Amino acid sequence: MTVDAIIVGSGPGGATVADVLTRAGWTVTIIEKGRNHLIDPDDPSRLAQDYSNDELKFLHRHFLGPDPLIEPRTFRTRIEDGERTHVGEVNSIPSTVGGGGTHADGKVPRFRPEDFRLHSTYGPVDDAAVADWPVDYDELEPFYAEVERLVGVAGTAGANPFAAWRSGPYPMPSGAPMYGAVLSSAAAERHGLHPYAAPTAANSISYDGRPACNNCGHCAYFGCPIHAKGDPVAMLQHALSTGRAELLSETFVSRLRTNGRQATGVDVIGPDGVERTLGARHVVVAGGAIETPRLLLLSGIEHPLVGRHLMMHFQTMNVGILPERLHAHKGRSVTHVHDDCMLVDDDARLTARAAGLPWIRGGMVEHGGGGHPVMEAQFYPWGRSHKKLMAASPLRDRLWAFIMQGEDLPQPTNRVDLDPTVRDVRGFPVARITYRPHRHELVASDHHGPRHIRVLEEMGATWTATTTSPLVEGAAFSSPFGDAAHYRGPISAIPASRHVMGTTRMGTDPSTSVVDAFGRMHDLPNVVVADSSVFVTSAGYGPTLTLVALAARAATALLG
Amino acid sequence: MPIWLSEDEYRTLTAACERLIPSDETAGATDAGVPDYIDGLLGAFAVDPPRIWAGGPTSGRFGGAPGFATFHRLGALDELAWRMRIEGSLGIPEREFNGPVVGWQQLYRDGLAALGPDFCDVSGEEQDERLRAEEEFTVLLYGHCCEGMYGAPEYGGNRATVAWEAIEFLGDVQPRGFTDAEVSGP
Repeated sequence: MTVDAIIVGSGPGGATVADVLTRAGWTVTIIEKGRNHLIDPDDPSRLAQDYSNDELKFLHRHFLGPDPLIEPRTFRTRIEDGERTHVGEVNSIPSTVGGGGTHADGKVPRFRPEDFRLHSTYGPVDDAAVADWPVDYDELEPFYAEVERLVGVAGTAGANPFAAWRSGPYPMPSGAPMYGAVLSSAAAERHGLHPYAAPTAANSISYDGRPACNNCGHCAYFGCPIHAKGDPVAMLQHALSTGRAELLSETFVSRLRTNGRQATGVDVIGPDGVERTLGARHVVVAGGAIETPRLLLLSGIEHPLVGRHLMMHFQTMNVGILPERLHAHKGRSVTHVHDDCMLVDDDARLTARAAGLPWIRGGMVEHGGGGHPVMEAQFYPWGRSHKKLMAASPLRDRLWAFIMQGEDLPQPTNRVDLDPTVRDVRGFPVARITYRPHRHELVASDHHGPRHIRVLEEMGATWTATTTSPLVEGAAFSSPFGDAAHYRGPISAIPASRHVMGTTRMGTDPSTSVVDAFGRMHDLPNVVVADSSVFVTSAGYGPTLTLVALAARAATALLG
Repeated sequence: MPIWLSEDEYRTLTAACERLIPSDETAGATDAGVPDYIDGLLGAFAVDPPRIWAGGPTSGRFGGAPGFATFHRLGALDELAWRMRIEGSLGIPEREFNGPVVGWQQLYRDGLAALGPDFCDVSGEEQDERLRAEEEFTVLLYGHCCEGMYGAPEYGGNRATVAWEAIEFLGDVQPRGFTDAEVSGP
């Protein structure tokens, strides 16, 4: 059987394409390598009951996958490191039905017009491939509006003075602000910053047949037990309800089949371990910015830019410990953000000039609290002090953080390729990530960090610190509790960011880009990339809404 | 009777956990059931379905059904991964696609032995010294101690949510959740 389209990956990008195509009468097969803990494919009105407020299951036991023992990745900062310096988890996004949407805490901002025109607005930067996108904000706005309705986004139009224009209000009003964010927003405003209620893919009212969020506090890294989160469940429900979509979970796509001019289908390995070939008129690849180039490389597609220009956000964490309890375990993980650090103002220009850079941009700054108790416990030393620290909870209940998702410039040397020897459980080469930040990111991080430390002090913080992910080379992580030997957290040269972008960048020129403005591969026009792999630059915003809007636009173009 | 450890190993484990998270006014690792959590993890495959992932969507502590009590069935690859992690690769070809893997069972067997057969009988200071000397094992053990202490009670530790109460954490609050006033107020 040949379907109209095979969609590789059931995350926000793939699910959106499935929705748009099936609505127009196309038949699609959605293939997901992970398990299905989200939706009953035979009766899509029935949602699974597998998600829970369970830290062990979601943060320590890989429930949403991938399990790094059987699907590892490898990492190095540069070629001179040798073949790799790490095998295991690297920037993993859930491999499960619903993909990255299932674990996200659902911050879904739009980009701003200049984010699509970085080169023409600010100019080139040495050693970076800064370029304009082949699509601009005005073209994308109707798709932003459509996917905000599809996903279900709560927000307050006009709350962010730096926001781009929008054609209508948010589909839902903003939800309840977290107590810590009430305090941090007030303090930030006193320092001239402009915090606002983050556009959030969590229902503030019942929406599209799913309930309002009840603030259980298990949002980031967890699946939503009551399906109030705008993971791609709505799009999957719509697509499956048409009867024209089939969902194959626990099915791994090992290769795109091509006849040299176009793709004819894919080779898959099902849950029974049996290999077979599925035919399709079109193949949509939406595996995320690491698995998508891996699949293209496994398929022998040799465009020299496949896998290059990998970007992640350079995260600057400014943290403070406050005298009072902030109970960040109540609410939606992050309710407030500000965009001030994305502006290229006179201060930023001065800093840039002093550092020999033409300009610097930071990123969206999230106002957030501490983590969960097991994570917290593992951070403290063992012995007599352990329970006293847990009871006082400086790193969970009294911690507040400003986390900047800093713009990460595209560099051709930052890339995904196939590891020469490490294999996944099915015997295929795994993705190897070679990545280190550009000097721009470090300068921007240094420029914007101190201001947030002053805001934390204004809030009454008794201890503050700044750290980054990835950790800057030569820097050490300092714990306020001395012995950090037990700490197994994300502070290392391997970026903790789950915002991965840019490995099949879009453009009009086939010599400088892999896909066109509609995600179609220049060399194989019936192959469409529908995830953040197509990003040209990283902006400083979470990529989800933009990749979903681009996926909707790509699917619409596919329909002709 | 421990599920996987020998009686002697279980006694050593209990003494070690008690040094890592001691009892005082509130429960320490032993009273919270942490040794049982670890023994249950090492013997996860002694029961069916294995005690890897508690079910959803609620525990029943704040309403709803006691779904946590029924553990998820594992897929074939999930089972392979968790057997590799717990049992090690044991020379089985399908577990050695990237070379041999030493499992937690072996690490615990060796680590507890390295603490010494007299570990339970020496002073607390001496116990701490031996734990510091076996740093790699102690990091593994402490990580699991924290999991058993502050994870959901269905996994065998945090008995009657004693550890959550000590830190003013309600744990899994679905389906109750929190009201907007509880979220936004002090």
